[in-house]
Amino acid sequence: MTITAPPVPERPALPEDQPIALHTKERGADLVFRRVLATSSAVVLFLLAATTLFLIVKGWPAIRAAGLHFFTDTVWSPDTHHFGVAPLLIGSVVVALVAVAVAVPISLSTALMINEYAPARLRPWLTSVVDILATIPSIVYGFWGLEIFSNLQIGPARWVAHYFGFVPFLRAPLNSGDYGKSIVATGLVCALTIIPIITSVSREVMAQAPRDACEAALGLGGTRWGMVTDVILPFSRYGVVGGILLGIGRGLGETMIVVLVLSTTNILTPAVLGPNGLGSIAKQITENFSDGSTIEKSALIMAALGLFATTLAVNAIAKLIVSRTGARI
Amino acid sequence: MSYGTEVRTPPTTPTPSIAGGPPPASGFGAASLEDRPNRRQRVVPATVWELVGSALAALAFVWLIFSLTGTSAVFGLLVSWLLTFVTVYAVLCWRLHGVLAMKDRLATVAIWSGALMALIPLGAVIFFVIIKGAPVALAHFPHFFYADMLKAGAKDPVTAVGAGAAIVGTVEQVGLAFLMTVPLGLLTATYLVDSRGFFARLVSYVVDAMTGAPAIIAAVFIYLLWVAPRHTSGKSGFAAALALSVMMLPVVTRAAQEVIAVVPGSLREAALALGAPRWRVILRVVLPTARAGLSTAVILGVARIAGETAPVLFAAGGNVYYNWNPFSGVQDNLPLRIFELINQGSGNIVRDAWGVSFVLILLVLGLFVLARMAGRSRPGRRGFSLLRRSAAGARS
Repeated sequence: MTITAPPVPERPALPEDQPIALHTKERGADLVFRRVLATSSAVVLFLLAATTLFLIVKGWPAIRAAGLHFFTDTVWSPDTHHFGVAPLLIGSVVVALVAVAVAVPISLSTALMINEYAPARLRPWLTSVVDILATIPSIVYGFWGLEIFSNLQIGPARWVAHYFGFVPFLRAPLNSGDYGKSIVATGLVCALTIIPIITSVSREVMAQAPRDACEAALGLGGTRWGMVTDVILPFSRYGVVGGILLGIGRGLGETMIVVLVLSTTNILTPAVLGPNGLGSIAKQITENFSDGSTIEKSALIMAALGLFATTLAVNAIAKLIVSRTGARI
Repeated sequence: MSYGTEVRTPPTTPTPSIAGGPPPASGFGAASLEDRPNRRQRVVPATVWELVGSALAALAFVWLIFSLTGTSAVFGLLVSWLLTFVTVYAVLCWRLHGVLAMKDRLATVAIWSGALMALIPLGAVIFFVIIKGAPVALAHFPHFFYADMLKAGAKDPVTAVGAGAAIVGTVEQVGLAFLMTVPLGLLTATYLVDSRGFFARLVSYVVDAMTGAPAIIAAVFIYLLWVAPRHTSGKSGFAAALALSVMMLPVVTRAAQEVIAVVPGSLREAALALGAPRWRVILRVVLPTARAGLSTAVILGVARIAGETAPVLFAAGGNVYYNWNPFSGVQDNLPLRIFELINQGSGNIVRDAWGVSFVLILLVLGLFVLARMAGRSRPGRRGFSLLRRSAAGARS
């Protein structure tokens, strides 16, 4: 970048009229400072990348032992090289999907309620409450889910299984007492941790909908719902979708709720209500990792990396979509 | 008011509540009664009566059906009631106010019920932690906050237990993680905001990716790297701090990057134009401007890390008595203690877990309030408000 001073033809050029060179190349203290910053970035990069690479190296023996069967086997028997990761990985994904399916309509309603329906005086308070709820540790939600919620939902779960048991997903043994710790129950508790995230992202995006267009919709005689569907939702759709994907990412990574609430038999089945159901990677690692054999550890590490890869893909798509709105998450 | 399905004549009085219904059939310039501004009113009695009436009618109907058929499932009753109510209310609004108003009313019902479905369970979590935890933690006031869990048993009274050792562990581990990650995170964030090259984008991408990493990854990593090679002496407060750092580093970097990025470019350019070298611009202009936002972001990061259980599962060791030295011997941690108590779980031990949960919630809420104050107390009310406002301003 060079800037030249405008020519001054009337009087003889004085020394101070000469254009000065602007240095874009850094020198001296600036250079040292930049080197320090770059070094710290390199350290961060190294640490974070090393985490993943280290785990890949440690988990490789399991892949080598089982080959492609690693992700398709359904039986967990590490010592005979059957790492049935499929029920675990699918279970983790299904928990996240249940959580998000429940959380999305609820979160969007909450976001709209805070922005458009609640009295203006309450708005900052409600926003703070949502932020606080997002900060509460997941172990507290998990503890609540285990102690309070899993008992509360046994009745409804039985009711659903009784009347809608003909749907393969909802089939469950009616006389079993263990409805409380199913995949669905876990997903519902996980939804509690996701709701504040989706709510706060979509609330923020919806608040940026142009106010004059909203007023115009109302001014033309539209209803409030008309304003929501025709102005706010079209404007904020990318942000909302991004928030939902972030919620899925959070649900996939959720550990403590799954460990505390879920209690199933790790088998590959479509039924999600009863005690016989899919497992979860986080739970398997928490319970079996420290005592496992070397090859079992490898398998668990690879399973965790599989989960990480899924999370990464979901988050990458979320970032891509959200970046189109320019919202910061 | 007409109730027929034929073309409706405009009502002689403005429709109560929300502007809806079919557009007036009058032509241009025909200034008649219906051209008066249709003010959006606050809730009028008629609206309330329609709502309450539909709800009661639906309840009576469902109750009757359930009594006649001899069914007595509470959950089934509630679901049927809700469905019947929506149907009754929809028909009522449609006949009285037309299709548009019906949609609007139904949407209002849906949005308020959705919000209640979010706020009731979330409120219930906090409610139960307070109801069950506060009596334990505050029973003999400071006692629970300094006693250790050495004597915790299924039959032991509240006076025998406390979260002291776990509090010490959490404070030391989170403190160490703070010291290890915050300087590194801030420097990196500063670099990332100022640089555009391939290297910066790579770092930024990896930081983003690690922000979403499942917590169990950090646990497994530190276990294999640090704990397992040291055999019996591997588990310690420092190992837990390392595991927490793996979680915290990307969080702090990313948050700091966002806060620094919204410092107005004009400030930076003004300082550069005055001839200040870049390092002074960053240290004396950029970082001080972002100071409030940075403290908020960092404190929120700390609050999030203090509640993490999974990373410390295989690292801290979960010791029930006091260990002030994080570098040697196993140490306790608040979330880890809750987890262990739940796992032992019978009788009074679960009660103690509620007590520790209460302490943990207090800590996290305290940090949250601190973060808000840090964002507000500085001149110009920066911090979150700055972040939100400039983010909104940049787009409009």
